[in-house]
Amino acid sequence: MIELHAVCRRFGAQLAVNQVSLTVAPGELFGLIGHNGAGKSTLFKLMLGLLAPDSGDILLDGVSIRGASFRDVRRRIGYLPENVVLYDNLSASETLAFYARLKGVPLTACAPLLAEVGLADAAARRVGTYSKGMRQRLGFAQALLGSPQLLLLDEPTTGLDPEGIHDFYRIVEARRAHGCTVILSSHILAEIEQRVDRLAMLAGGKLAAIGSVAELSAGIALPVAVELVSAATHHDTLAASLAAAGFACQTKPHGLSLAIARHDKGRLLAALAPLAATLADVRFIEPTLEAVFLGHRHASIHDTGASA
Amino acid sequence: MTSHPLLVIAAKECRDRIRNRWVLAVAVLFALFALAIACFGPAQQGLVGFQGIAPTIASLVSLVIYLLPLIALILGFDSVVGERERGSLDLLLSMPLTRGELLLGKYLGLAAALTLATVGGFGVAGAVLAPQLDAYAAWHYAGFIVSALLLGYAFLSLALLISVASRERTRASGAAIALWFALVLVFDLLLLGGMVLLGDTVGWLFGALLLVNPADVFRMLNIFSSEQLQSYYGLATALPGALTHPVTLCAVMLAWIALPLAIAGRLFARA
Repeated sequence: MIELHAVCRRFGAQLAVNQVSLTVAPGELFGLIGHNGAGKSTLFKLMLGLLAPDSGDILLDGVSIRGASFRDVRRRIGYLPENVVLYDNLSASETLAFYARLKGVPLTACAPLLAEVGLADAAARRVGTYSKGMRQRLGFAQALLGSPQLLLLDEPTTGLDPEGIHDFYRIVEARRAHGCTVILSSHILAEIEQRVDRLAMLAGGKLAAIGSVAELSAGIALPVAVELVSAATHHDTLAASLAAAGFACQTKPHGLSLAIARHDKGRLLAALAPLAATLADVRFIEPTLEAVFLGHRHASIHDTGASA
Repeated sequence: MTSHPLLVIAAKECRDRIRNRWVLAVAVLFALFALAIACFGPAQQGLVGFQGIAPTIASLVSLVIYLLPLIALILGFDSVVGERERGSLDLLLSMPLTRGELLLGKYLGLAAALTLATVGGFGVAGAVLAPQLDAYAAWHYAGFIVSALLLGYAFLSLALLISVASRERTRASGAAIALWFALVLVFDLLLLGGMVLLGDTVGWLFGALLLVNPADVFRMLNIFSSEQLQSYYGLATALPGALTHPVTLCAVMLAWIALPLAIAGRLFARA
């Protein structure tokens, strides 16, 4: 379990991380979302103890990470930096052995890890000959050394193909099942919104929002988009019925589209029921995390505008 | 069996230099130069072949004083700034080791590579010459190798300081070349110029100033180790004995190794 209490860190005049407080439970998969420069990587470096917070505290299992036992803390954390760079002159086995020695992990752990990330066949090849995806897999294997209690993964799926992403989450799930806490950052919102338990949105170093996808979506009450697919001859009839029920809609080549509040779904279905025969399809498009995210962004821009 | 992270770093640095043939290349270079100087050094006196250890060491000192600082600076200038620029430093710093241990590990590993190359190269040359060396000559040759190592360690320490203090590799390489130029070439010229201008009155000052430069300390270590060489250089009378005692000189050399590294450690810990 990792806890951040009102953590601040500035670089010169810029507040890179501003009053961030959050707690991630054992076995939880936690996502960090934010634009470039929002403070994600800085937050990772603070959690690793690579950077000292200007104020606030970070606790790993209740113990401050900047105490005398930093070596012990580091051994319990697996870290995959953004755009991981390894040594081109070493083979994958040698690379993993090097980091294993540094972490005090038995070298017998290396071969199974390489197999787990799908690099068993390429283990003897120099990293210099590796593709971006293979380097990322090797970097991930490095983070898994010593079965850490906390995995900090900065943009872990960059450079991975769909199969690689699938493999990655399979391994993450297996680790979670053993109680490992996983914090990952991503800019591919669609990819992580289906997978994380909770997420935090960082904007300008501040925590703009934190919660599950459902909580965040509900919190800002974005409209649900509805698409009604029907033959052109029925469009006018449909539009009239909807207007009678109080729904405004737009005519599109394939049918009608409208945006409704979440609690109006039932009323819409009731209005459509008598015309069911004319409908080829009804699609509800839930607000995506991306939309939620943009909503929060607008809100925070609005906030700063109001306070300035 | 687990080794200390510091030793893991040192082992990697040294092994990298062995694997990319850096150690072999430098050793071969040293061996060839040493043998060439031993055989053809006396040619200006119309002689060919080994003419004794003193003139050989005198010529080797003149060569090593240029070559070894350059080799040590090239070996070390990239070690920190290179990893920072390529991006591998982030992951390394996240390992269970302190920044000081990382820096010291790198220094020890590179120093080990430099030791292998220097001892290997001059050792091979010494083995070839062995039949012609008596115990006294062998002792002096060994002393020369040790002093060369100290010179290399001092410049390696300066190279790491440059590497830690530089923001870019290109700047670090520029600083390394500039330092080599300043300490190995310009410094002695300035001292000579000063001596000519000011005359004998402040001779002790120039003697003390020689101690400020590890290259000159290396030269003095070798000159004052042999009376024959002292007379070659005619320097013996210019400097007070206490300053030229091998123990003093070695202490100065050790300071040149420890101080830049300590400053580099402070800088690196603050970053």
